Amino acid sequence: MTTRKLGRGVAVVGAGMSRFGTFKDHDTRDLFVEAFREMRASVDKGLDPGAIEALFIGNYSSELFEGQGHTAPIMADWTGLTPRPATRVEDACASSGVALRQGIMAIASGLHDVVLVGGIEKMSNLPITNVTDTLATAGDVLYEIPAGFTFPGFYAAMATAYMHRYGASPDALLRVGIKNHDNGKLNPKAQFQSRIADLMAARMAKALQKGLPPPGWADEMDFLRDDAANPMIAWPLRLFDCSPVTDGASALLLVSDDLARSFSDNPIYIIGTGQASDAALHDRPELTGLAAAQLAGRQAYDMAGVTPRDIKIAEVHDCFTIAEIIATEDLGFFAPGQGHEAAEEGLTARHGPRPVNTSGGLKSKGHPVGASGAAQVVEVWKQMRGEAGERQVARDVDLALTHNVGGTGQTCVVHIFERR
Amino acid sequence: MSEEPRPFTATSFRAYLNENRLMGARCVETGEIFVPPRPMCPRTYSTNMEWVELSGRGTLVAFTAVYIGTSAMVEAGYDRATPYCTGIVELAEGPRFSAQIIGVDARRPETIAIGSALRADFIARGEGAARHVQLAFRATA
Repeated sequence: MTTRKLGRGVAVVGAGMSRFGTFKDHDTRDLFVEAFREMRASVDKGLDPGAIEALFIGNYSSELFEGQGHTAPIMADWTGLTPRPATRVEDACASSGVALRQGIMAIASGLHDVVLVGGIEKMSNLPITNVTDTLATAGDVLYEIPAGFTFPGFYAAMATAYMHRYGASPDALLRVGIKNHDNGKLNPKAQFQSRIADLMAARMAKALQKGLPPPGWADEMDFLRDDAANPMIAWPLRLFDCSPVTDGASALLLVSDDLARSFSDNPIYIIGTGQASDAALHDRPELTGLAAAQLAGRQAYDMAGVTPRDIKIAEVHDCFTIAEIIATEDLGFFAPGQGHEAAEEGLTARHGPRPVNTSGGLKSKGHPVGASGAAQVVEVWKQMRGEAGERQVARDVDLALTHNVGGTGQTCVVHIFERR
Repeated sequence: MSEEPRPFTATSFRAYLNENRLMGARCVETGEIFVPPRPMCPRTYSTNMEWVELSGRGTLVAFTAVYIGTSAMVEAGYDRATPYCTGIVELAEGPRFSAQIIGVDARRPETIAIGSALRADFIARGEGAARHVQLAFRATA
């Protein structure tokens, strides 16, 4: 592999996101304004929006979710940026991770100095069956979807292949959900700010209130193994193995590295980027890892000149719990087949040796698909600057990584960030 | 003169399924078989393709039991109480494909085994103009 370098350096000097959740009375543009305002407030030396030269907006499927196409110019208008070029980027759930890469390339090429990268998605307008069908269009609608595959179904198939190959137990999956809810509880932007234990206690209290016999769950794992409390969605994935339906937006301000200090006291430099594609799930020789994620990761590590051991925290694409386990192997944090043991042993916990998804991940923070990739960077920005509040990790975060997946891994994009 | 082959498209693939035939496209230059068919070999860039009928024998490489199904499967009668099994099948000829798996107990997915032998089955769904054959694979004991 030839080592690729950016034409010039690029830094993140502002990052923000809307609340994640379901917002009946707010449209995508409203959520994007919320993200933009938080991003603007995060620019240490202030941002005159007139400095922004172009927008790259990740958005998966506003047509099917909202009946609205051509969303990027609307985001430019609502943030006072007309007539700057506004480009929508679509790569399913990796849309804004790829929009970030487009923004990086726009600056590295010398075409622009200051770029706004965003992500948007409003999923909650549709009934759940239509949401399921809309997400399924990220697969192959000619050949995969007629077989009955849903998105949980695809990842469930990877899970059965993984469990078969490595002898993993569904309990490892449940541990990922518990850990990400522990983190999400501490994230004021998260859709679910509750630990699994809190949810269990609430159910018990409700049963008592109704005069019903209290459910006899011994602990969180017992609760999560109960079909009534945690229904099966696609074996072996249950409700709490799946990221939710979410509305949300994210916004990042990128500048060329020579300008970074004129915007920020503490910029975050993007030192590695990688992206790769892959075929439909059934056309891949291996189902227990994502080849595109492995390749994107190698490209990013190579460009950055760092190794997986150097990364202090990572935000990875846990659209389903199995996806986080696989991601931690694809990115080289654990050897193939050992990610499930690492999850069970708590190695990826916030205060463990390898913190993963301190934001709560897609599972607990929420997954407005087109907004998720850029929202991962918001967490990295906060952690690297020591601004993550109650969920701040104890260690010094000088190197961090984001990993964003589209579909079942037909698109994977990885970025590495450095605080100097 | 043999007659012109059907175009190597999804329409042709489905038309063959409606005749209870599972067909792939073979690159004449390398012999590699593609299921579904494609008009150009992505290895050699040759458009010299020919249809080949698959034996329908395969093994299960990954699966799931789906409780919240696609709208098409919901219309076919599946629901939370009646999940269906879908999976990835490795055909005896080499290619892998996605299909519903039948002849297994989707309500007891722990009884379904990766590596199980399967045989292609053709399920007719819909009526009249909407009638079409859905490819499935049946577990063979």
